Amino acid sequence: MTYWLAAVGRAIVSLFFIMNVGLLTFGVVGRIVARVHGRIGPPVWQPYVNIVKTISMRTAVSHGVMFYLGPVFRITGGVGLYLLIPAVHGSTWLGNFHFTGDLILVVYFIFFGMLGMALGAAESGHPYSAMGVMRGLTQVTASEVPFAFAIIALAARHHSLSITEIVAAQQGGLLHWNLFVAPVATAAGLFSLLGMMMQSPFDIHLAPQEIPIGPPTEFHSSYLALLQTNRSIFATAKLVLFVNLFFGGATSIVALVVKVFVLFLFPVAVGVVFPRYRVEQSVRWFLGVPTAIGIAAVLIETF
Amino acid sequence: MAELFCDARPQAVDPAANRVVRAFYNWAQANSLFILAFGTGCGAIELRPLFTARYDISRYGIMPRPTPRQSGLFIIGGYASIKTMKRIIRSYEQMQNPKFVMGLGSCTVNGGMYWDSYNTINRLDYYLPVDVYVAGCMPRPESLIAGFGRLKTLIREGRAEGANRYAENFDWYKANQKRIIKDWNMPEYNW
Repeated sequence: MTYWLAAVGRAIVSLFFIMNVGLLTFGVVGRIVARVHGRIGPPVWQPYVNIVKTISMRTAVSHGVMFYLGPVFRITGGVGLYLLIPAVHGSTWLGNFHFTGDLILVVYFIFFGMLGMALGAAESGHPYSAMGVMRGLTQVTASEVPFAFAIIALAARHHSLSITEIVAAQQGGLLHWNLFVAPVATAAGLFSLLGMMMQSPFDIHLAPQEIPIGPPTEFHSSYLALLQTNRSIFATAKLVLFVNLFFGGATSIVALVVKVFVLFLFPVAVGVVFPRYRVEQSVRWFLGVPTAIGIAAVLIETF
Repeated sequence: MAELFCDARPQAVDPAANRVVRAFYNWAQANSLFILAFGTGCGAIELRPLFTARYDISRYGIMPRPTPRQSGLFIIGGYASIKTMKRIIRSYEQMQNPKFVMGLGSCTVNGGMYWDSYNTINRLDYYLPVDVYVAGCMPRPESLIAGFGRLKTLIREGRAEGANRYAENFDWYKANQKRIIKDWNMPEYNW
């Protein structure tokens, strides 16, 4: 009993930590993007204010049970993904619930939230929601292909599907990182990261001009607050996963925060330079060079 | 189409009872204003420079939001023709409480240069509860920023209760709206 209570307590602390890392990262990145535009940008704490504001909305309209459950599914995807990844290697508090073979489940959880969101958005009945979900699912599916090849390559190299073992194999210095040991797999992984982080040129499902805000068009009040919270948890969890897989993991909180932030700058830098792709362009792109690099990575690591 | 809409009347919803929580919520609402991205008249052209490098409204926590469900501030950008007024009312009613309206330009105050036009309204607050007017034709972005400052003060002081005013005087607003919109084929209140 005590063991379970301690585990739940640690999970809550861990989630609180990653939520704040995510919100602050988004705040700082908002400033950086604004500087690229020649603007000053919103305050660093703007994501917090937005969430408090959204919670404070006094009315909320529901379209049915699935409409309630859409954001819940979405945050389940984010929380589930994060809690399966060891955030800080060797830490009791931020080790989370990692186990042998968790890499497979993690790949599933990246998809899970979008599927839940599809059900919730469909219940809202708004055509733009359905269109956004369709675009989002198409793109996530396409970006998962090079990612799947990248993790198959890593599993073949390390003979393991456990994230903890992959991180452990990278300890011992910079040159042990998969970035240097398996550069081709890392390249495939980083290409697929572009499609997962909702930055240009792959933010087609949000498409704020022609399909207002995509899947969450109808979500407001507490529903939106849940989605905003999930956005920080989910995005940071994906970055933590990539840090674990390719960049040697993190052995301290400071290393984790720095690595997550620096890694996030990659899709952000690509995003502020390039305009948006259309869905078919983005799918064609993912199934082209990144997938070829992924296949090459699998071949290199297997033979 | 009727089954897609809810005709229930809007209810006035009081702010949080606890004084500290209310002040905290008011502060958050004042510092995170989502503008509905719906350019309703020629004044909407003044909103564009607000977002770009010269004025950069985002540093005040103000940003556009393309869907009425998530927006808290509706800026009526100048003249509102009767045709647009129909869409303005639908969009306003889809926004969640608390919601604020800013009248931009002389046309929203008294009709401006369209005073005797057959198809534009003369005074916006007959049809929607307006919190702040920014007068001029056209008011420059600086005036708009001053208007945002005024609106933020009102929100922080808990005096921007337009949504509740709309619910309490619902019959009066609806009568005014129906007087100008002849082809009223909408539900009474569009959630």
